[in-house]
Amino acid sequence: MAVFNLNVNGTKQKVDVDGATPMLWVLRDQLKLTGTKYGCGIAQCGACTIHLNGVATRSCILPVSSIGSKAITTIEGLSELGEHPVQKAWIEHNVAQCGYCQNGQIMAAAALLKNNSKPSEEQIETAMKGNICRCGTYVRIKEAIKSVSRT
Amino acid sequence: MSVINTKYGRRSFIKSSFLAGGGLMLGFNSLASLITEGRALETIPDEWFNINAYLKISSDGVFTIKAPHPEFGTDVRTSLPMMVAEELDVDWKKVVVEQADYKPSIYGRQYTGGSRGVMEKWVPLRTTGAAARQMLIKAAAKTWDVPEAEITTEGGVLYHKASGKSAKYEEMAARAAEIPVPEKVALKDPKDFKIIGTSRANVDLIKMVTGKAPYSSDINREGMLYAMVVIPPAFGMKLKSFDALSVKSMPGIKDVFSFKTYEDGYKRNMFDTNAFPELVAIVGNSTWEVLNAKNKLKVEWQPFTEQSFVMAGFRGEQTVVVPPGLESSSDHKAKMKDAADKPGRQMRKDGNPEEVFKNAAKVIERTYSAPFLPHYMMEPITSFAHYTDEGLFVAGPVQSPETTINTISSRIGLPPEKIHIELTRMGGGFGRHFHAHCLTEAAVISQKVKAPIKLQYTREDTTNMGSYRPACLAVYRAALDKDNNLIAFHVKAGGVPDNGLNANAFPAGAVDNYLAESFSIASNITSGWFRAPGDNFIGGVEQSFLDEIAEAAGKDPIEFRLELLKRSKEKPVGARADYDASRYAGVLELVREKSNWAANKKRGVAAYLCHRAYAAHVIDVVVKDNVSRVQSVFSAVDCGIVVNPDSATNMVEGNVVDAIGHAMYGELTFTKGKPDSSNLGKYRLIRMNEAPKNIEVHFVKNDIAPTGLGEGPYPSVFGALANALYKATGKRFYHQPFIKNSF
Repeated sequence: MAVFNLNVNGTKQKVDVDGATPMLWVLRDQLKLTGTKYGCGIAQCGACTIHLNGVATRSCILPVSSIGSKAITTIEGLSELGEHPVQKAWIEHNVAQCGYCQNGQIMAAAALLKNNSKPSEEQIETAMKGNICRCGTYVRIKEAIKSVSRT
Repeated sequence: MSVINTKYGRRSFIKSSFLAGGGLMLGFNSLASLITEGRALETIPDEWFNINAYLKISSDGVFTIKAPHPEFGTDVRTSLPMMVAEELDVDWKKVVVEQADYKPSIYGRQYTGGSRGVMEKWVPLRTTGAAARQMLIKAAAKTWDVPEAEITTEGGVLYHKASGKSAKYEEMAARAAEIPVPEKVALKDPKDFKIIGTSRANVDLIKMVTGKAPYSSDINREGMLYAMVVIPPAFGMKLKSFDALSVKSMPGIKDVFSFKTYEDGYKRNMFDTNAFPELVAIVGNSTWEVLNAKNKLKVEWQPFTEQSFVMAGFRGEQTVVVPPGLESSSDHKAKMKDAADKPGRQMRKDGNPEEVFKNAAKVIERTYSAPFLPHYMMEPITSFAHYTDEGLFVAGPVQSPETTINTISSRIGLPPEKIHIELTRMGGGFGRHFHAHCLTEAAVISQKVKAPIKLQYTREDTTNMGSYRPACLAVYRAALDKDNNLIAFHVKAGGVPDNGLNANAFPAGAVDNYLAESFSIASNITSGWFRAPGDNFIGGVEQSFLDEIAEAAGKDPIEFRLELLKRSKEKPVGARADYDASRYAGVLELVREKSNWAANKKRGVAAYLCHRAYAAHVIDVVVKDNVSRVQSVFSAVDCGIVVNPDSATNMVEGNVVDAIGHAMYGELTFTKGKPDSSNLGKYRLIRMNEAPKNIEVHFVKNDIAPTGLGEGPYPSVFGALANALYKATGKRFYHQPFIKNSF
């Protein structure tokens, strides 16, 4: 066990855990930030996507000891009431079915649009293909991303 | 307008008889629950009036409507309350949706599956709304001393035109709560609907996009411990021994023990499918610590030689004997082929197919197969339980709470009324959560460790402890005469253990000589309901086969199907046909028109009826660099009245994407009882870059009572895709997953 001082959603957080603990479980178990989801545990589904210094990162294989002073943003930190343009687009396009993967989808999309405000269809697919939706809402996800890039 | 006896909804009024009594003040805990259509309420109402179990009205005009069914992604939390709001005649913007407690004595069946939610609640929920409106009208009539018949309503306001009087519902709510439930109420004519038939956003959208939608895996409680289970590595195996000391001293570990999910001699209910009823539990302070211990635990397994239990089924109680052995997919394939070579169990026979096949001008015979599929809900199985002296609180993914609660009750030794089962949102279900053994497991663990616990399956556990879509095989034969008329049709289909062939489905009734046979192969690999059970295989392959018959007959595939449907309608063969030929033809005609069918020769079509929804799809595939990609899908669906069109469209789109994914990539094979791919490193699900670029969904407009959409549009996608791939590549695709066929 070791103490780690983390910067999560702009707030300083101190946790005392095994340094190998993936950030996913630190967020969910220690910090009770449950918007970040467990899906596969091997960085293949994207449900656990967070931003690490603004970069979309799979938190399920990210040891807490590797974070240091890097800024962590989770879905809860993107905006509390859904005012982020990507969240608004998700609402406008009525994207979700079961909704479980959508936190990760939104975090991946927000990171994409931050770096590239007008992604092509191919660029959207490349950036988003790491995020699985078993309900099959891909067409709506893509439309939502395109609507943000048009504004 | 139709008059409905309120017996449908009468039980839902029981609560009001003792809770109402004029302006009951209810405690109110969270502003966050008061969000609908993206709007948070600005003030907390002073008072709530319980009109009935589904509806309460606040003193400032907020209408809280209960959603009775558990939600796993089909948006019944929006569509079902819309039915109440419609007949109540209120502004949807003022509606707040709350999840109903599990109380079947009041709400009737609270069950999510079989695409039955909208269909089963269509009359009861509208009746509930209409009765509440009638009670508000009676209250106003009494207050104003005018005849009820002269009172009208609109958008939550009562009007008496002659006197110019009006009152908001909330002003009459206290009086309405004291009015007896009317014996009969009138329901609206569909042409007068203002809410039903209009698109309303998913009521949980804001919560879902801000990470606040509460899944059972998100439950946290003071003093909660984390648990995982260690399961046998293969079907056909059971626990031999384990060494608790090998992990007990690891950091954060509180307890290690084995337990049985059912008592010896327990009679299983039909949803108690469970290959591994004895597990090892590890309990500790955090998921990570428990996971580390799980990976280190020294445990020995052994093959079982004999396993049997009594289980209730659709056909009554039976003793299930589980065959021993470590099964492999290669054995399954060989057994299915053997079975298909022998006569099957005859399910339907019309005419004299044997004779006609002998003398036909042309005979086509094709074999189709598909592998086991895991459900792969995005949320790995997670449940929560807190056992105390007062009772048990349990939450987890559950499609059938009514059977689950009985299983728990029997195992824990508490009567059902001492068990509170929370209907939390599920991260997908697709049939898997009928088998909600995880709730019983969590309850047993909580009872043992005397603490609230969260039981987390890993993704690998979730896959390996599956109740899969069975592996299936079907052999089809068709006979044509010299004029290319279809004169005989034969299907022999089965699976490990079976595949649910409906012998009375199309094209039965449309062919003079028809034979349907089935076979089944016993297995210890557990299988169960998977989105459009049975149909998800048979519907797709039947539609592929019809495509080949049409081609052999030199006919357009849509025209060919329409001819058969016309025959079935005008001069049906046999006593029974489980479809409405006009509605079947309707979706084919609609998709032909909307897809501009003749415009593109490289496309596939299929149509199928299941779960009371008719669907037809036209799929366009493009092959580039040896990779096929669906470009466009046109879907035509007849599910009767469409309650929430945009949500329904989303559901059809999801069916299309999900079916294309499973047809192309889905496959779970076994080697010596062990799944060959337990996680996404090896298992493949469809991703955005493989999904269709466009999906256009059209609904047949009619006034037929609505059915569901979770499954109906699914099977035909498999067929339309296979047929489109043929047009794009020149090769027929007989065996799923199609990716394994060379292009």
